[in-house]
Amino acid sequence: MKAQTTPDTDAPDTGAPGAGVTDPIMQVRGLGHSYGERQVLKDLDFEVGRGELMCVVGPSGVGKTTLLECLTGLRRPSEGQVLFDGKRIEAPPRGLAIVFQDYSRSLMPWLSVLDNVVLPLRSAGMAKAEREATAREALAEVGLSDFTGSYPWQLSGGMQQRVAIARALAYRPAVVVMDEPFASVDAQTRADLEDLLLRVREHLGITVLLVTHDIDEAVYLSDRVLALGGKPAGIRQLLTVDLPGPREQVTTKALPRFAELRSQVYRLIRHV
Amino acid sequence: MNRTLKVASLVAREVWLPVLLVAAWWWLSAGSTSLYWPALSEITDRFVDLWFFDHLLEDALPSVVRLVTGFGIGFAAAVVLGLVLGSVPALEDATRPLVEFMRALPSVALLPIMMLLLGTDDDMKVVTIAFVSTWPILLNTVEGVRSVDPVLHQVAAGYRLSTWHRIRYVVVPAALPQVFAGARVALSMSVVAMVLTEMVGSPGGLGYFVLDSQRTFDIVAMWTGLIVLGLIGYAANKAFGLVEARVLAWHRGYTKQKEDQR
Repeated sequence: MKAQTTPDTDAPDTGAPGAGVTDPIMQVRGLGHSYGERQVLKDLDFEVGRGELMCVVGPSGVGKTTLLECLTGLRRPSEGQVLFDGKRIEAPPRGLAIVFQDYSRSLMPWLSVLDNVVLPLRSAGMAKAEREATAREALAEVGLSDFTGSYPWQLSGGMQQRVAIARALAYRPAVVVMDEPFASVDAQTRADLEDLLLRVREHLGITVLLVTHDIDEAVYLSDRVLALGGKPAGIRQLLTVDLPGPREQVTTKALPRFAELRSQVYRLIRHV
Repeated sequence: MNRTLKVASLVAREVWLPVLLVAAWWWLSAGSTSLYWPALSEITDRFVDLWFFDHLLEDALPSVVRLVTGFGIGFAAAVVLGLVLGSVPALEDATRPLVEFMRALPSVALLPIMMLLLGTDDDMKVVTIAFVSTWPILLNTVEGVRSVDPVLHQVAAGYRLSTWHRIRYVVVPAALPQVFAGARVALSMSVVAMVLTEMVGSPGGLGYFVLDSQRTFDIVAMWTGLIVLGLIGYAANKAFGLVEARVLAWHRGYTKQKEDQR
């Protein structure tokens, strides 16, 4: 394995990994995971602040999805623990919603757009009128009010992912966890969805934890970027994105600071 | 386009050949003196005599009731059992040879034991029909349940769906196209079982009517029975297709859309 070199030294102070945030909603303590003999994640310590938008970046195959599964309670980590609102996660907690990468597989093709959004609310025990109103509100939030009666597969890819986002929002979570949510749509749609996410997060004050392999996306969206690397993967750096808000596709990305951060993250990740 | 015209053209596409064949049969068999191949005109005369409405109520109706009951029981049992076996792989692995064995048993071979155990009345007939229709549906249901996309299971877990909601809104709809494929096979096997059980069982029903007519050398009546059987089989398939089109409306659009993307 190669020795660690430069990238860390010219970085601004980002706090040591695991440094506490004032009001954490998720706390990751000594998290590690192995598939049999193969260790994928090792010694992860970090916290996600309430209302924060954090992106997890890393090269493909680094174990981002495993991390996400451990964070959401879909997978039991072999070491360490994850606390959600101070309580240890054993199974997906009520205050957490997940948006999966592949919208064409995560939506039920036999349910209408509205019913897809309503389904989690049924199990949550919400009354019929209330869950429909909540679902319609969430669909309006993502601009799909006119498509409630359609089947998801009748919509474009970007619209389908908006349905998945609406499903997450209607669930009224404290945290939305997203697994490469915009990886399967075209560039323009991707930019639109990124801005939709920023707007919705501003509007609803939710915490977002987003996994991506796209460095531009991570820097553009985040309050902080968690860079993963190594085998087994650990935290390369937890980097504060000090770009002014609100972010805007053209002006934000034209800022010299954006370019700096982007190349910094790039070097962190590429430097294996 | 005019809706009636559209329906009419669809119907015409389906019936032109049967109409042509019947016309040929009519013309070729006209004036036949053969005992075995009576003139079609003779058959149709007897058909009206026999089936409107004495034998329709005495034989055809009870047959259909037995078919629907047996098939219904088999369908329900197979789906419930299939959901359980499909959800518990270890159980499914253990029972698979048994299920394959049961499915491979021809319904004729079952008749002696069924008669021994259940007699020759309705019980035996309905149970046999239910038995033969269970296995193809069971195998397909298991297959369907196991093929549910793992991402959907993650969605169900992530959004804390209750067990009932998982079954009702995720597993069953996902498995349904396969269930129906199995049910279509099971339906034709059920019709076979219906005829067979009626041929060997207590008097009554279409199978009995056909066999009894043949034995009493009433060949014309036998022919009318065959026609009724054919019509019932055809109608059963049509009815099944209508239910399927309704229940799986989403699936047709979905698969078509998938194909168009390619």
